[in-house]
Amino acid sequence: MKKFVNNVDDILVESLNGFASAHHDLVELNLEPKFIMRSKKASNKVALISGGGSGHEPLHNGYVGYGMLDAACPGHIFTSPTPDQMIEAAHKVESGKGVLFIVKNYTGDVMNFEMASEMMPFKNATILTCDDVSVINSTYTTGRRGVAGTVIVEKVVGSLAEKGADLESCKKLGDKVNHRCGSIGVALTSCIVPAAGRSTFEIQDNELEMGVGIHGEPGRRREPMRDADSIVADMVNAILEDFELRDIKLCPDDEILLLVNGFAATPLLELYLIYNSAAKLLKTKNLRVVRSLVGNYTTSLEMAGASITLCILDQEIKENWDSPVHTASLRWGI
Amino acid sequence: MQTEFIIKAAEAIHHAINVNESEIESLDREIGDGDHFINLKRGCSSVLDIKEKISVLSAEEALNHIGLKLLSTVGGASGPLLASFFIAYSQSEKENNLDPVNQTSKSFTSGVEAIKKRGKASTGEKTMLDVLIPVSILLNKLANENKDPLEIIPLIKEVALKGVLSTRDMIATKGRAANLGERAIGHVDPGAKSCQIMIETVCDLILNNK
Repeated sequence: MKKFVNNVDDILVESLNGFASAHHDLVELNLEPKFIMRSKKASNKVALISGGGSGHEPLHNGYVGYGMLDAACPGHIFTSPTPDQMIEAAHKVESGKGVLFIVKNYTGDVMNFEMASEMMPFKNATILTCDDVSVINSTYTTGRRGVAGTVIVEKVVGSLAEKGADLESCKKLGDKVNHRCGSIGVALTSCIVPAAGRSTFEIQDNELEMGVGIHGEPGRRREPMRDADSIVADMVNAILEDFELRDIKLCPDDEILLLVNGFAATPLLELYLIYNSAAKLLKTKNLRVVRSLVGNYTTSLEMAGASITLCILDQEIKENWDSPVHTASLRWGI
Repeated sequence: MQTEFIIKAAEAIHHAINVNESEIESLDREIGDGDHFINLKRGCSSVLDIKEKISVLSAEEALNHIGLKLLSTVGGASGPLLASFFIAYSQSEKENNLDPVNQTSKSFTSGVEAIKKRGKASTGEKTMLDVLIPVSILLNKLANENKDPLEIIPLIKEVALKGVLSTRDMIATKGRAANLGERAIGHVDPGAKSCQIMIETVCDLILNNK
């Protein structure tokens, strides 16, 4: 393992300290327990709190700020944060209109946020994101995983909360965005959890993992490596088939937000190539890509690979996507 | 139960988890996400950190402190699950005052019920419950039969091990392995394995103390 590390046990705290001092104009760090909050507390709005295991930067700390989250609770690498973090963060950022948790659908995250929700004195609700189409949903399992679509949920709901909407409306919009998002990822190499010190999974030079999770969990299939257009076509088609399975009708001229997300080690050069390929393909299907985001937004340590997220827009989602945002990792209109 | 025993058990579990590092790690790498050992180790260390503090408490208070400590340090799914176990166990110790075997059986069962509720899971889902539920059922049965602890312990160890092995051929429907479908078949569940190690450790400690 070759990483920039002093002491494996100090990685998270040293990184959080760096993040907080690099963005001191936007955020403040609390260490006991750990959370990042806006440096200027917002008033009279629903407090949006997210969190999850670290190792997916900039998710979620990079999305704390005007127009997005009020606080983010980082867990250890690939491990859910604990309820004391969410409860303490809520005490700091709640401003009278309740707390809305945005939680990626993983057993650990769900349980820890659930306990926080039960132990907290504030009115609260939770949006569970589950946009990963590679995991087939079933009432008997944990269900689909929350991945890069979470960024879109945080941005859109963040905008609505900033306008002063109540808890129920924010929750409703978040659920709608999540419902209209589909994502799928492909890994070319594995990630290495620093404390483990070795690759999470083995993958050969001529292979890819279709449907990989953001912790390097296996996806649908191990497949032969091939040209980008063919990989991208399989990814886009998997998302569109999933929309169909979930009875989400796509009509010609429907407007799409296309998010091409890097897992960290794949260069922007290739991410834009993926974007180009996906956008061309969507055009042949009469879908109009009217909004886009390309870059490393939900990463997986040093994994090479990328995910594609399609979000079917409507007027409300589009407006809230376009509204001003000022965080460490997303900024426009301000 | 005595607080002194609880602390000894915590030390023994900490040791046993470390000894079994490579097995837990490799199981978790195969069908999990590779953090189970690290989380358990962090939890065990955090309990030992409050050793002095809990040594002066009653057994039920000590167990409650352990639960809350695990809740704020372990994270993942094991944090809330193990915490729920200890908090419910402590509650049952507080509320009942039975003979040692029946009390242990009752408190252990309350702990397992709390895990079932928090995890919304039961047996056959390739989780720690495939160890815990059979153990609590057996414990209840043997307690009802007024069996001697020395007779009970080998049977408990046996059923815990059987529980772990039973997860090998299961498709996971709960936990991180649930995303794997049939690819999880043939692998023992790491959460079930670590639970079995903890149970076996406590059993051996009781035997050695006799």
